[in-house]
Amino acid sequence: MSENVSHRFDRLPATDGEREIEGRPTREEILAFWTERFGVPSETFEAYTFWERGNGKIWAFAGELESPVDIEALGLSFMRTRQEHWKPTTEAVQRFGSRADRNVVRLDRAAAERFLAGEDQRLAWDGDWGYLIVTHDIAGGPEPIGVGLYVHGELRSQIPKGRRRDFSGE
Amino acid sequence: MDALSRYEPIVDDFEAFRSACRRPLPPVVRVNTIKTTIERARRGLQEAGIELDPVEWHPGLFRLPEDQPGANWPYSHGWIHGQEEVSAVPATVLDPQPGERVWDATAAPGSKTTQLAALMDDRGLVVATDNNMGRLSALRSNTERLGVTNVAVTNEDARNHSLKPFGGELYDRALVDVPCSCEGTIRKNPDTLEEWSLGHVEGIAGVQKGILTRAIQATREGGTIVYSTCTFAPEENEGVLDHVLEAEDCRLLNFELPLAYRDGVTEWDGETFDPQVERAKRIYPHHNDTGGFFVAKLEVTG
Repeated sequence: MSENVSHRFDRLPATDGEREIEGRPTREEILAFWTERFGVPSETFEAYTFWERGNGKIWAFAGELESPVDIEALGLSFMRTRQEHWKPTTEAVQRFGSRADRNVVRLDRAAAERFLAGEDQRLAWDGDWGYLIVTHDIAGGPEPIGVGLYVHGELRSQIPKGRRRDFSGE
Repeated sequence: MDALSRYEPIVDDFEAFRSACRRPLPPVVRVNTIKTTIERARRGLQEAGIELDPVEWHPGLFRLPEDQPGANWPYSHGWIHGQEEVSAVPATVLDPQPGERVWDATAAPGSKTTQLAALMDDRGLVVATDNNMGRLSALRSNTERLGVTNVAVTNEDARNHSLKPFGGELYDRALVDVPCSCEGTIRKNPDTLEEWSLGHVEGIAGVQKGILTRAIQATREGGTIVYSTCTFAPEENEGVLDHVLEAEDCRLLNFELPLAYRDGVTEWDGETFDPQVERAKRIYPHHNDTGGFFVAKLEVTG
C-alpha cells in the first residue's frame, strides 16, 4: 500500500477495487454520502473530480487533470473524511446544498443570525442527530448558510471563525 | 500628487483629472453569478437595507454609496464581492468562454480570478498564480467564499510559470493584470504616490515585460491575452507592449469598451512606440468618475 502525501492532490479512486491508498475514500462513497445523508442527487457532481490532499481533506474540481497535482489549491474545499462522521465544508454546503432535501434545517432570520455569528442554540428537531445543512429564507427563497451539528437538543454552529458575522449590533 | 504632473502633456483637461484624483470613490460590489443571479443579489441587498446604485456599463456591478460590502447576508452567501469598478474591465475584455483554459498570471487577491470563473460558468480551467503566500491565502478565501470550483492555484513567479501540473498544454487565454505603481488607485488609497519614484516605475516595467512575455509563450497561436495595469505611466503600459511587439509573436487587437477612454500614446519622454499601441485604452478618473486604468488586448500569432 502507498501512503497519502500531504502536500499534493491525489485523485480519489472510483471504487473500492481501484483503491491503492489505505483509508482513502472512493468517489462512489463520496457520492453515496451526499445522497444518503442529504438527498443531493449524484448527477450534481457528474462534471467533478474529487481529490485528497492532507489527511482526509477532500476537494471538488470542475474538470480533469492528470493525478497527482502538486499545487496550492485545486477547486473547492469539499469535505472532511477519515474521521468518525464525514463532514461537508461550509463552502460545499453553500455551493451544492440547495439541492438537498434531507437533514436540512430551515431557520428564521433571528436564529440564522445567531448561527452565522457562531452561536450554539436550542432547537426542536425530530430528525437525525449529526451534521445538518442549515438554511434560511432570503430574496424569495431558501439559501444554505453552512453546516450545523445537532446533538442533545442543540444546534451547534460549524461556521469557521473567518466566515462568522455578527449583525446583532447593527 | 507631484508624480501625476508628469502626465500633463498626455491628459486632456488636466485640472479636472487632478481634482477627480482627489475625490474618494464609493465601494462597488460585483455579483457572483456562480452562486446567484443579479436580480436575487439586488433583492438580498435591498432586504438588508443597503442602498445601491447600478453601474451603467456593467449589469453585475452595484455602487454602495453608504455601506461596507462585507457585513451583510448577500456577502456571507458569497453572492457579492467588493471590487473596484474599473478593475472589472480586464476580465470582460478577455471574454473567456466556458470550458477554456485560462491563466491569471498575477491573481491575488482574486477579484479578477473569480470574475473569470464566473464568465466561464465555472467550467474549464482557471490557473491562478501568485508569488506571495500571504496574498495567495486571500485569493483562496475569496475563491472559497464565492464557490469557484474550476480554479487551480499555483505559488510561483509568473515569469517562470510551469505548465507541467496541467499536462503541458498551452492556454486559450491569459489575463496579465500586472503589479504596477498603482497611480490609478489614488482615489481609494490617497497615500499611494508617497513612495513614487521613477526608479520604481522603471524597475517594475522590467518585471511586467517578463510576465507578459511568459504569458505570450504559454498561450496557443490565435489565443487572446489582456494586458492591464492600474497606472498611467507609459513606461509600464505602452512601453511594455512595445517591447513584446518587437520581441514576441503577437499583435494588438482593436476592441470595444463601454466606457470613455483615450487611445494609447505612441510617444513619451523622447521615445516612439510601435503604432499598434494606439489600440490600447487609457481610462482616466475624470472621464467616467472611476479609478484610472490601462488595458490592451493581444493576439498570439506564433
